[in-house]
Amino acid sequence: MSLDILKQGAEGRLYLGEFKGESCLIKERFVKKYRHPELDTQITRQRMKAEAKAAGRCLAAGIRAPRILHSDLNQHKLYMEYFGQAKTAKQFIQETVASKGDLSESILMELCSRIGSTIGQMHSNNIIHGDLTTSNILINPKDTDYEVVFIDFGLSHYNQASEDKGVDLYVLERALLSTHSEQPYLFDAILKAYSKDSGKDQEAVMIKFEEVRARGRKRTMIG
Amino acid sequence: MVCSLGIEGSANKIGIGIIRDGEVLANVRRTYITPPGEGFLPKETAKHHREAILGLVRESLKEAQLEPKDLDVICYTKGPGMAPPLLVGAIVARTLSLLWEKPLLGVNHCIGHIEMGRFITKAQNPIVLYVSGGNTQVIAFSNQRYRIFGETIDIAVGNCLDRFARIIKLSNDPSPGYNIEQLAKLGTKYIKLPYVVKGMDVSFSGILSHIEELAEPNKRKNKRKKATDEITDEGEVSYSKEDLCYSLQETIFAMLVEITERAMAHCESQEVLIVGGVGCNERLQEMMRIMCLERGGKLFATDERYCIDNGLMIAHAGAEMFKSGITMPLEDAFVTQRYRTDEVLVKWRQD
Repeated sequence: MSLDILKQGAEGRLYLGEFKGESCLIKERFVKKYRHPELDTQITRQRMKAEAKAAGRCLAAGIRAPRILHSDLNQHKLYMEYFGQAKTAKQFIQETVASKGDLSESILMELCSRIGSTIGQMHSNNIIHGDLTTSNILINPKDTDYEVVFIDFGLSHYNQASEDKGVDLYVLERALLSTHSEQPYLFDAILKAYSKDSGKDQEAVMIKFEEVRARGRKRTMIG
Repeated sequence: MVCSLGIEGSANKIGIGIIRDGEVLANVRRTYITPPGEGFLPKETAKHHREAILGLVRESLKEAQLEPKDLDVICYTKGPGMAPPLLVGAIVARTLSLLWEKPLLGVNHCIGHIEMGRFITKAQNPIVLYVSGGNTQVIAFSNQRYRIFGETIDIAVGNCLDRFARIIKLSNDPSPGYNIEQLAKLGTKYIKLPYVVKGMDVSFSGILSHIEELAEPNKRKNKRKKATDEITDEGEVSYSKEDLCYSLQETIFAMLVEITERAMAHCESQEVLIVGGVGCNERLQEMMRIMCLERGGKLFATDERYCIDNGLMIAHAGAEMFKSGITMPLEDAFVTQRYRTDEVLVKWRQD
């Protein structure tokens, strides 16, 4: 089995490999030496399990996520579907803004509406992603169109509490504000689409979201 | 040539620094130290600062061997921080500015930390981890502002450490964090604590409540939690202060390193700079260095002279602002408790 290192992400190293004849992506959560060994083992196992579980739950609910082919807890390796043609939403947004000029806003609004409704579906299935950033959303070309794929479910969990859903949205808002500060309209578009698809808890989640936001604002206080 | 005097007094430290064209001429500081088990309150802290500040101004000018006429600009901390201590610095800065007929500049405290760290370490465009008693932020420069990529969603990491030090009655001299660090070196047993990372954000309040219960089980209000087998018959707990300090540091620093690593991957950066009072903790620096090595990155950190709040950082950031042509009319020379890092338009950086 050949192992070509693709890149080093935040959580581990990514390789191209194959599993039972199918080419795939291998995500290795190598031992983080800065962490206490006990803590490291616990976190690594927990996140690998969470990732495999959530990806499976998403697929079952009809949400596009990488198929997990195999998980090797002892070697800290997860074998999953590889999207060779995809780019991250972060790249996509930056490239669109750079190349499409005046058209970019409507293209991005369409993207945000798809992202928002997918997050809504996830939440209505009680899947909390836990790390929503534009680096963790892939844009995968499909015929003349594209599909939105969510990846990196390491911090995800299964919970129906509106608090967790609110925090999930807050994390995304903050990531968008810092990464795409020149396109302030993105999050509003996501939220709009989200409201339509997030199921019966929609109102409670929005109230919680405002609450979490207010907690964040308090942080402006002390230096 | 810009010669700048900076006054910092946003929390329990009051400091004056003088810098001339990148040459450090003076950096003096006094810390308001409270008895073990007590934190510093705004009113008493302001009183401490009032009594110390004029002596410090004289001391700094003497150390720098300068006369007031040699200065080009007076800088002070505009915020964020506690209002009464901030006001002490602002009033003295306004008075000196009028008295010596020098321009006045209000500086954002967080920006002061970042610019000081960049100046001392010569880091070009790092991901900044800003950790102190009031702030926990992961910052990257983009589009003329220091953008906050991750931060605490409740209390600051330094606040968590300080409050834990109060619970176990550690001395506040020289600082609670330093004493925790020393005790932690003696700890051997790792006690499992909650580990809370949400994307690039972290949370510490739950960890504090949890470790509070471990440290003082008799005070436990939550009776639903069943006693663990490590509690002996008298209700005494076998956790030592050393082990608690050790485990607390290992857990919360691992969280900080993790969100920094996330920001590095997200922004595709290879440099990390640690600033703020907690930044002089050597264990945190060591963990961060290991993480950087694993990704082929580089760590920049400073020691307590520049990490902990000081006047020099205000003088330096103010000098950078002054050079880029920023001015401030006297009417705007107020203080504000709320002043986010990303509110400041960074005119002095061209990248």
